[in-house]
Amino acid sequence: MVRFENVGLRYGLGPEILRDLSFAIPAHSFQFLTGPSGAGKTSLLRLLFLSLRPTRGLVNLFGNDVSLLSKDQVADLRKRIGIVLQDFRLLDHMTTYENVALPFRVMGREESSYRKEVIDLLKWVGLGERMDALPPVLSGGEKQRAAIARAVISRPLLLLADEPTGNVDPTLGRRLLRLFIELNKSGTAVVIATHDMTLMDQYDARRLVLHEGRLHIYE
Amino acid sequence: MMPGGWCCTKDGCIFMSRTDHPLGPLVDLGRERPQVPARARNMSPIVPRGSIVGSALVAVVAIMTFLASITTGTVLLVSASAAEWQSEVASEITIQVRPTPNRDVDRDATAVADAVRTQSGILEVRPFSREESAKLLEPWLGSGLSLDDLPVPRVLVARVQPGSTIDLETLRRRVTQAAPTASVDDHRAWIERMRSMTGATVVAGIGILMLVIVATIISVSFATRGAMASNRPIVEVLHFVGAGDRYIANRFLRHFLRLGLEGGVIGGGIAMLVFGFSESIANWFSGTPVGDQFAALLGTFSLRPSGYLILAVQAVVIAAITAWASRRTLFATLNDIE
Repeated sequence: MVRFENVGLRYGLGPEILRDLSFAIPAHSFQFLTGPSGAGKTSLLRLLFLSLRPTRGLVNLFGNDVSLLSKDQVADLRKRIGIVLQDFRLLDHMTTYENVALPFRVMGREESSYRKEVIDLLKWVGLGERMDALPPVLSGGEKQRAAIARAVISRPLLLLADEPTGNVDPTLGRRLLRLFIELNKSGTAVVIATHDMTLMDQYDARRLVLHEGRLHIYE
Repeated sequence: MMPGGWCCTKDGCIFMSRTDHPLGPLVDLGRERPQVPARARNMSPIVPRGSIVGSALVAVVAIMTFLASITTGTVLLVSASAAEWQSEVASEITIQVRPTPNRDVDRDATAVADAVRTQSGILEVRPFSREESAKLLEPWLGSGLSLDDLPVPRVLVARVQPGSTIDLETLRRRVTQAAPTASVDDHRAWIERMRSMTGATVVAGIGILMLVIVATIISVSFATRGAMASNRPIVEVLHFVGAGDRYIANRFLRHFLRLGLEGGVIGGGIAMLVFGFSESIANWFSGTPVGDQFAALLGTFSLRPSGYLILAVQAVVIAAITAWASRRTLFATLNDIE
């Protein structure tokens, strides 16, 4: 589904922060992406999400060479990817329900066609009573769950999560992990970037470890 | 994208409706909070109206539209007046018979009038009497003038049949034969000057319109960039959820089209009111030298219905230019936002 071959990345004229990355992310797989702070986890996630282009090497996503994609094609591919960022990126003027439903709205679907799905997911992540609340009044954990719900609502083929448990207590962290595992079981490939060893110890999964710009894979 | 909804997997329908999952909901807060009906709303615009500070842009577009409308209206007035003068002047030929010693100027004038009447294409010949000639000279020489003391030429005005071409050479020959001191003036030089003046007015008007349009485009581009900068988080989130540039641009474009239309309607409306009340305004200045000059140049200052239509179309065009400039800037800015 995702294939990197000798990929390198540098910002501007700076040093190469990712070097010779060669790996694949198979469909239905589950992996943790880890490494010390500043190792390049977020940059690698941005490469996977196509918000960065590699300075060298080949990135193949869903059978497409990303260097040949137009902006419209990138937008289409992104509809198959869900992403959860550390800072949630919820739209403050929209309710929790509207934020979670945003991917469907962008697809041009009628509200009545996805209402039940969104409400069910919001209930499942514990936001059933907060669906009319605006993000500024949500707690950090609630925002995190709303961001995750938005990323998974359209059942992406690939889910990328950047420190998804960074803002929640260990109990909620375990529950969020359960959500990702369930999602993975339903067919979504999952990449969770984290440096939380406790979280990784809870689930036996492939580990991609970034160190000094290079990637080490532990199956 | 996987087919089907969130509720179904290859193992059967699970997950989404699983508030009754054996492990329970992921985080069950529902029982601790007052129950509210689960209303599904989807009413918030993706780009909130309040996030685009539009009052300044509306004012700019309104001012630009007002200036453009005043310019266009003035050009229309000048063009219409000039066309009227030209058609009036071009339909007449003036013949002067200058007095010389040993010749009776009145007899010469009568002979010239007879000669001109025989020319084809001439509808009517009217010799100005001595009193009428004196009246023409009154602004320069004062009243109570005795033409016997001055070598004042006699004037004849010949009306030309509309659409006909006069053979001026033949006419001049006939007139000279009737009176050697007579000369024919078909006002060609004056018409040429009038045409140049009208052309210069139209060119100046078009120049001002171009400047107004360029200023509008620049203002709108700056306003659009400002709006995009302040709404950058929204653009980024829309990119995250797979929205293309066209989709995002259209969300912003609606706001700018509305702002452009508001400005266009306000500016164009005020300009139309100015022209609508111009007759009343002109009456305030009647009797003053400036008022009389304007009245002589532009008549009553009032636009024809077609003029108002042109101003309305122009206001819509400026609104469309606003939308176009905004769209262009939006796409250029979206290229820089990932």
